[in-house]
Amino acid sequence: MTNPKGRFGVHGGQYIPETLMNAVIELEKAYNYYKNDPEFNRELTELLNEYAGRPSRLYYAEKMTKDLGGAKIYLKREDLNHTGAHKINNVLGQALLAKKMGKTRLIAETGAGQHGVATATAAALLGMECVVFMGEEDTVRQALNVYRMRLLGSKVIPVKSGTGTLKDAVSEAFREWTSRIDDTHYCLGSVMGPHPFPTIVRDFQAVISKEIKEQTLEKEGRLPDAVIACVGGGSNAIGSFYHFTNDKDVQLIGCEAAGKGIDTFETAATISTGRLGIFHGMKSYFCQDKYGQIAPVYSISAGLDYPGIGPEHAYLHDTGRAKYVPVTDEEAVCAFEYLSKTEGIIPAIESAHAVAYAMKMAPEMDKDKIIVITISGRGDKDCAAIARYRGEYIYE
Amino acid sequence: MSNIRSAFNGGKAFIPFITCGDPDLETTAACVRAAVKNGADLIELGIPFSDPTAEGPVIQGANIRALNGGVTTDKIFDFVREIRKDVKIPMVFMTYSNVVFSYGADKFISTCKEIGIDGLILPDLPFEEKEEFIPQCHKYGVDLISLIAPTSNDRIAMIAKEAEGFLYIVSSLGVTGTRSKITTDLKSIVDVVRKSTDVPCAVGFGISTPEQAKKTSDISDGAIVGSAIIKIIEKYGKDAPEHVGKYVKEMKESIK
Repeated sequence: MTNPKGRFGVHGGQYIPETLMNAVIELEKAYNYYKNDPEFNRELTELLNEYAGRPSRLYYAEKMTKDLGGAKIYLKREDLNHTGAHKINNVLGQALLAKKMGKTRLIAETGAGQHGVATATAAALLGMECVVFMGEEDTVRQALNVYRMRLLGSKVIPVKSGTGTLKDAVSEAFREWTSRIDDTHYCLGSVMGPHPFPTIVRDFQAVISKEIKEQTLEKEGRLPDAVIACVGGGSNAIGSFYHFTNDKDVQLIGCEAAGKGIDTFETAATISTGRLGIFHGMKSYFCQDKYGQIAPVYSISAGLDYPGIGPEHAYLHDTGRAKYVPVTDEEAVCAFEYLSKTEGIIPAIESAHAVAYAMKMAPEMDKDKIIVITISGRGDKDCAAIARYRGEYIYE
Repeated sequence: MSNIRSAFNGGKAFIPFITCGDPDLETTAACVRAAVKNGADLIELGIPFSDPTAEGPVIQGANIRALNGGVTTDKIFDFVREIRKDVKIPMVFMTYSNVVFSYGADKFISTCKEIGIDGLILPDLPFEEKEEFIPQCHKYGVDLISLIAPTSNDRIAMIAKEAEGFLYIVSSLGVTGTRSKITTDLKSIVDVVRKSTDVPCAVGFGISTPEQAKKTSDISDGAIVGSAIIKIIEKYGKDAPEHVGKYVKEMKESIK
């Protein structure tokens, strides 16, 4: 679906400073070589299976299904991966690639901290230096993950510029990369940024839909009717959608963070409230004002608190192949609590956005229909913040 | 041939960068006039962007101050229209792709022409993406200025061959901001440029002292200074124009 210049329809491209051009060209060449290299693929598969714990389970949520009284619900348990989220799939791929390229240092941005933790983990395992940029506000919201990254031997740099959230962490990681390229790989955490990142990250996350497909065929003898995932930049969603894009009967649904609602300024729902723009290396949809100034977005979820969306999602939206729906903080928190009480699974607040939409959708569907929800991460990291949301103050 | 070339006709060019609306447009106008009076050959006017990914902390600060002061693209167009009445040297805009794209490339670039802006510098628009705005730039006769970086290597000749206006040579890795030392082998970059084009080239990023300006313009056609001027504006606020003028004079003297 990608053309040679990294376009998905009109989206994508490489809108970056000249200083970085040779770095992304070198990365693209290396990736095109290693993705077909049997030795690289053998090493990566071994890491994914033996270290990260793949394949992840496709779990039949029987109690939830019965309670909602409609479609049969399966949960794709990316939360069971090592480090507790889907982020590890991409990070192991990129870290191994960087190592093959002779890089000794990884830098990364992080919102909720899951990508930062995954990068710190891969760096520890592969013996690489690691520096993670994290919005200052997020270091407070996700203090536990800051400690985890430090424990794993990484340096965490709180980013004070802008709104002190994920977009500023991305900007700062790009700035750092322009100052140090020779030994450093920017391990971007989502299907965004300049080509080839949206393609590389998608390919490494596509294992999610590959497994969902195999697992539903095995358990049900057919494909699901809908696959639902949360979308910030969109890596777990594109990973969940990718192998279904040609299966037109499978509905693909991305759940955006609506924050306090898409009719308020406190939202991060890019497809619902944004328009076409150029930022962070790509052409895609962005929340912005009439002069193109990037809007300060908001969501209870630090991982979805981003003013843009990956270019392939923008394209899937344009073509109508995938549908993007807004889910509010309140709906996500209710789903967070619901899945915990009903199935004994505490989802990441990001993933809870997908659960929330499934809770609306499932009762409207026949009992012979099948929904797969990707639980992109585990929710331990969110407990303190959700308790605060409910007016309860606990110590982590 | 564009008007920009005239900036390089009288010897080495001194090119100051000023963020529009920091702290307000009256001060910007007075700073531009002070710079022109004291020997600036070309003015680079920054249109602030919320997330300037190629800038260091100093120019990031100017962007925030300007936006907080309520400056917009339309207000900046009006401001240029006004100063163009007496400022005769070439002026270019430095901003980010989304500012142009969001305004509508055709509308933005035709307005540039109308108000007397000679060129456009977009640090997040590399050679591979210049088709985004080149058709409109050619249509209205506004130069799209290309940048060359210390990491450009085999790309230098390719970029230089299609250069228009002037070539902006980035002196160092990293973002904008003053540096105590510039270590890039600029001479060998300029040598490749000279073989590929007769478009003038000026060096920017990290230059703040007369010695650095002299050293870089000796091997090129001029020096671009941003953060050092923004620091003066940050320090003196509305009283900055006099100090900016004094600084421009000293820098221009050093490269004559």
